[in-house]
Amino acid sequence: MDTEASQAHDTERVREFEGFILEVDGVFVNFGGVKALQDVGFSVYEGEIFSIIGPNGAGKTSMLNVISGFYKASEGTIRFEGVDRTSASPEQVARMGFARTFQNIALFKGMSTLDNIMTGRIVKVKSNFLSEALYYPARDQEVAQREFVEGIIDFLEIQSIRKTPVGKLPYGLQKRVELGRALAMEPKILLLDEPMAGMNLEEKEDMARFVLDVNDEFGTTVVLIEHDMGVVMDISDHVVVLDHGERIAYGPPDEVRTNDDVIRAYLGEH
Amino acid sequence: MKLDPNLDTFPKLLFNRKQTTPDRPAIREKDFGIWQTWTWSQVVDEVKSLACGLAASGFRRGDKLAIIGDNRPRLYWGMAAAQSLGGIPVPLYQDSVAQEMEYVINHADIRFALVEDQEQVDKLLEISDRCPKLQYIYYDDPRGMRHYSIAHLESYDSLIQEGQKFESENPAYLEAEVNKGSTRDISVILYTSGTTGYPKGVILTYENILITVINSIDFDNLTEKEECMAYLPMAWVGDHIFSYAQSYVAGFCVSCPESGATVMHDMQEIGPTYFFSPPRIFENILTTVLVRMEDSSWIKRKMFDYFIRVSKRCGIQILQKESVGLLDRLLYLIGDILVYGPLKNTMGFSKVRIAYTAGEAIGPEIFEFFRSLGINVKQLYGQTEASVYITVQKDNDVQPDTCGIPFPGVDVRISETGEVQYKSPGVFQSYYKNPEATLETRTGDGWVFTGDAGYFDDAGHLKIIDRVKDVGRLNDGTLFAPKFLENKLKFFPQIREAVTFGDGEDHVSAFINIDLDAVSNWAERKNVAYASYQELAANPQVYEMIKNCIEQTNMDLSKDSEISGSQIKRFLILHKELDADDGELTRTRKVRRRIVLERYGSLVEALYSDVSNGHIENEVTFEDGRKGMMIADLEIQDAQVFDHMKKTG
Repeated sequence: MDTEASQAHDTERVREFEGFILEVDGVFVNFGGVKALQDVGFSVYEGEIFSIIGPNGAGKTSMLNVISGFYKASEGTIRFEGVDRTSASPEQVARMGFARTFQNIALFKGMSTLDNIMTGRIVKVKSNFLSEALYYPARDQEVAQREFVEGIIDFLEIQSIRKTPVGKLPYGLQKRVELGRALAMEPKILLLDEPMAGMNLEEKEDMARFVLDVNDEFGTTVVLIEHDMGVVMDISDHVVVLDHGERIAYGPPDEVRTNDDVIRAYLGEH
Repeated sequence: MKLDPNLDTFPKLLFNRKQTTPDRPAIREKDFGIWQTWTWSQVVDEVKSLACGLAASGFRRGDKLAIIGDNRPRLYWGMAAAQSLGGIPVPLYQDSVAQEMEYVINHADIRFALVEDQEQVDKLLEISDRCPKLQYIYYDDPRGMRHYSIAHLESYDSLIQEGQKFESENPAYLEAEVNKGSTRDISVILYTSGTTGYPKGVILTYENILITVINSIDFDNLTEKEECMAYLPMAWVGDHIFSYAQSYVAGFCVSCPESGATVMHDMQEIGPTYFFSPPRIFENILTTVLVRMEDSSWIKRKMFDYFIRVSKRCGIQILQKESVGLLDRLLYLIGDILVYGPLKNTMGFSKVRIAYTAGEAIGPEIFEFFRSLGINVKQLYGQTEASVYITVQKDNDVQPDTCGIPFPGVDVRISETGEVQYKSPGVFQSYYKNPEATLETRTGDGWVFTGDAGYFDDAGHLKIIDRVKDVGRLNDGTLFAPKFLENKLKFFPQIREAVTFGDGEDHVSAFINIDLDAVSNWAERKNVAYASYQELAANPQVYEMIKNCIEQTNMDLSKDSEISGSQIKRFLILHKELDADDGELTRTRKVRRRIVLERYGSLVEALYSDVSNGHIENEVTFEDGRKGMMIADLEIQDAQVFDHMKKTG
């Protein structure tokens, strides 16, 4: 076998990108007197894995909520594919091609894995009241959506829990189902809020592999939040570090890792 | 038996299916939540293209094709494609680590490999430096393979494309190759996962497998209408015979589950009529059922308990078509509607006509649970070296603790030392590149040594009792099989561990370890007070209870002329649990006989004298690692032994 080529596969990922898909510029968010975000800006390349990290209370989730339209920025702009979308509603943002998962898992507990993921297809269903009421159009629509969802189930290797109510599943699997639902929306940008929180090492590695695979197979841009630096640094192309609502570092993982401010934020001042 | 020269290899049988049963289903796989089916005619076309693809890459007669992965139709087709070209498939255990694969790949001189997915590809790439002969790797599932640009690493689909091109350029090539195949050719090399040393490659010819399979189809009346699940490792001889060989000969359809985790569910959908599994699977299914019953509603639990009692009473007799009272028959009928039927449906056993358990002994309770529900589970004693079949239980003639009668065409004999030996059309040719091991296992005239000690009971059924090297003799020549006796004792929940002695003695005696959980539970119910394990173990009522267990065992043993003499005459209950920290057990809880003899020598001596108690002092290790001396005087009791008698009924 050609061993040189096989080793090349193991070398660290340094990838080239063109063009930004998401540009965040000078964003401020205030809750009353609390300044959750102050003048935060960064840009995400199309097709990369981008991480927002920082200690607890750094403003990571606030940032994600601004991107997904749940919070409104009091100042600053957010451009998606070059177009200003700062004031778009969550629903509009979703239709633009953003999908997200939640830190505390927001699934329908009593519904099966399959049905939960099917709900992600709602944005893609093109039908009206009349066609839904007729047998054949409704059936064809259902078959087409189901086929797509089965592809996701296969991709995430959750065939064995297809019919299980998600409330009965262990935490790690629920996280995977939630990822499945986000993928069902065929997003251009996937927003993951602490996808590895509360997981054991094996589950974390599984999740990291799925994130890499999603990015690789579908070319989806991934923006993820983590406070655990370990896994994230290995899979990200670029990282922004927040602390107390301010950006303290921004760049490729290797640069960020050695940044003094970052070390201070994580280890405290000594 | 003479085989039809037009149908004496698997490729010939397969291609013939295109004429005889082209539209019947041949194989199924659940993918994307749906069962996909291929007919025999489709399978023939697929195997043709695949074989031509391999030929285009330079696969020639005698080349070996490693097959690695879960049960997938394409991997089974890989076997047939290799055989079509006069090559030899070598299935490997898919969960082996790379280092284990390295040995087999080098030992079997493998040049080509057909594997399931990225995981297996990565393992092979990891060892490719050390496997100079391995040149071509083909993978079924392209997921994650996008960035691999390595020479001679290709997808299954591109192999098929190459094959179609080759086929159109050389239309007569494949047929000529198939026709060159002879029944004496090597059909497959199966590596046995030996517990000691390196695995050995068992060489089986088409003749070995085909004659055995034809006999088995005849024995069990298998038809093209059977449904069978392919879910056990492809490297295991059982899967090769049941999911590949028998399917090609009998023409039945084999179904591949969606994934390892969905087998139970997929089985429920398919409803196999013919099922094969090691005891472990039956144990798991039973445990799942019992746990789920615990969680169900009060009324369901009551119903389950009641009707399981009914089935225990008469289920097996009804299955074996023996006479049963009218009332019981009626109750069983109601039970079938309310409990057994739905239960069998959940387990996927609704349509099972024949199920086999093999590989190791199955607990009699588990075995009888399934049989009493009307599921025709039978035991089979087999080996890779025999193309599986040595002895089989016949329908309606099933004893839970035997392996049945010799399979048609198989001669079985018991040697001087008590070893089971056999000779059959299925006996393997040799171990690949290992003449010493072949000589040790197989005589020139075809008798194979199993290494298992056994005997035929009075009804002519084979009982396997132990490994030959562990079996001893009493002074009067009676067979003494320690593990067999100890396992019998350990079936009692009160007994956690037992050590029996008897080799070179006049009678058998035993050390017993009580099971603290079971016995303390009993003590609580009986208001027996105790302060420590030692005190409980020495309690006269406990002694009485254990004595009962031993006498029941003796009663059981007395029914068999061969081992009636090895009844347990004297026993004592040890004052401490045998412990791995003291070296008395291995970490996997197997008794280390030599160490026990060393540490408790004075007690063994006492067992073989006429004293009624033994004195013991030895060092023990406490849980915190400290050591201390433990001194005890233990009572020795006699148990009743019974004369050999014919089985009643």
